[in-house]
Amino acid sequence: MPVVSWLKHRLVVIAGLLTLGYLLLPNVIVTVFSFNRPTGRFNYQWQHFSTAAWQDPCGVAGLCGSLSVSLQIAVWATLGATVLGTMIAFALVRYRFRARGAVNSLIFLPMAMPEVVMGASLLTLFLNLGAQLGFWTILIAHIMFCLSFVVTAVKARVMSMDPRLEEAARDLYAGPVQTFVRVTLPIAAPGIAAGALLSFALSFDDFIITNFNAGSTVTFPMFVWGSAQRGTPVQINVIGTAMFLVAVVFVLVSMLITGRRGRRRA
Amino acid sequence: MPTLTEAPPPLAPAAPEPAPARRRGRFTPYWLLLPGLLWLVVFFALPLVYQASTSVQTGSLEEGYKVTWHFATYWDAFSQYWPQFLRSVLYAAAATVLCLVLGYPLAYLIAFRAGRWRNLIMVLVIAPFFTSFLIRTLAWKTILADDGPIVHALNSLHILALTDFLGWTAGDRVLATPTAVVCGLTYNFLPFMILPLYTSLERIDGRLHEAAGDLYARPATTFRKVTFPLSMPGVVSGTLLTFIPAAGDYVNSELLGSTDTRMIGNVIQSQFLTVMDYPTAAALSFILMAAILGMVTVYIRRSGTEDLV
Repeated sequence: MPVVSWLKHRLVVIAGLLTLGYLLLPNVIVTVFSFNRPTGRFNYQWQHFSTAAWQDPCGVAGLCGSLSVSLQIAVWATLGATVLGTMIAFALVRYRFRARGAVNSLIFLPMAMPEVVMGASLLTLFLNLGAQLGFWTILIAHIMFCLSFVVTAVKARVMSMDPRLEEAARDLYAGPVQTFVRVTLPIAAPGIAAGALLSFALSFDDFIITNFNAGSTVTFPMFVWGSAQRGTPVQINVIGTAMFLVAVVFVLVSMLITGRRGRRRA
Repeated sequence: MPTLTEAPPPLAPAAPEPAPARRRGRFTPYWLLLPGLLWLVVFFALPLVYQASTSVQTGSLEEGYKVTWHFATYWDAFSQYWPQFLRSVLYAAAATVLCLVLGYPLAYLIAFRAGRWRNLIMVLVIAPFFTSFLIRTLAWKTILADDGPIVHALNSLHILALTDFLGWTAGDRVLATPTAVVCGLTYNFLPFMILPLYTSLERIDGRLHEAAGDLYARPATTFRKVTFPLSMPGVVSGTLLTFIPAAGDYVNSELLGSTDTRMIGNVIQSQFLTVMDYPTAAALSFILMAAILGMVTVYIRRSGTEDLV
């Protein structure tokens, strides 16, 4: 039977595409419902087509304020985690030192810890110290959980680097600073960029740890969480759709650029 | 300031050595490590110590808490909330298995069958991350709505009757049942399964498949004896990256579930932020941490891939 053999041959492809559909279905719903005009407080049922929310994305009190808080925290957390994480990664790959195992497990444990535990325990620390919960406590928490991911990403890249390139630079009378800036950093850059991108995404989207340590500061995920209880404005979907589109365009353009560069080189 | 005219370091070894001993850089690794590790010690390790101390305190919000080594809190907390613990483990395990079953074909597709579509599919797997996961989870309320097409279809196929009998759904509803929560958990952590699977599948030499075929192995046998064993590191890290966050999650249960689907994360969250019974919350959090670290250790040992870190 040709149909059966055709199906058998493409079973993996069909199953894989079904999974891809499962992954993308919610995004389709979010996009479609950004053009909805719901009758009640919640935007879960299709009523009428409308572009009202797209014309006024900040029309809901507190929404764009929370977005700006989230962006600021994500930028600073990315910066902090990338600098600290890159330093650790270089130390781990390039140097021998004592207590290496302990350092490795201190890096690994935050990634193997449920977020509730990290958020709750950090809250007990802040409560015991009498710290004022808000922007700074969120930032501290975000740098903490992004750090390990940066270390992992940068470590992988630096490990695969040929040490002879730096030796060559030194042989050509480059000083340590110059070697680092002109040779080491450019080679490590993709790993650092990957770590930074991951940090930004993790920080921007974090809800569980933030919820414990935010006090009265409202980040974008916390705004969405609150609106799930009070009523979901269509503008949430507009922001979600816009972020998805920006991400896809950004990645496609960067792929196009690297693809073209690769072809020219070939 | 080092300049170009500076003399090269004396006695530079001519032969390439794995770790050149730089006398000047003896303390460099410690300076590099110090700020980051300090951050992790103060804001990750120290909080765990504070939490341990909180869990053995007694007192009240008004009068303050004192360490009284009251270990009974652990027993009280566990005996009161063991159903939520059990539920967390069951839901997380179900979601992990589903992620593996759903994620493997997609990872395989990207690694071996996608051809020039590979990069595009990768982008489509990662891009949803940029829409807040809370918004995407809320979308499941629409997808699984009581009068939506999916519930209608399941109903007319009499599948809901079966799942109702099993206790997975309730009556004609999918929302506010264990199925909805597991569906949400599976959806949320699926990329964490796909990416490590893809990484380990992509490393497999395609010639091994050809060799297996040349030795008269059927495709199913090739998969069972060659592909799957070689993808084990991806399977192990994928299942860990799915199970750990799923077991501690409370978002899916809160948004898609009901009071009957409360997981341990929901309890810890409300004990901390609403009830403000800090010792109980700290004890629960500690039990969860110990349980997960225990399970992870046993799992890594048994699967024989200890070089994950």
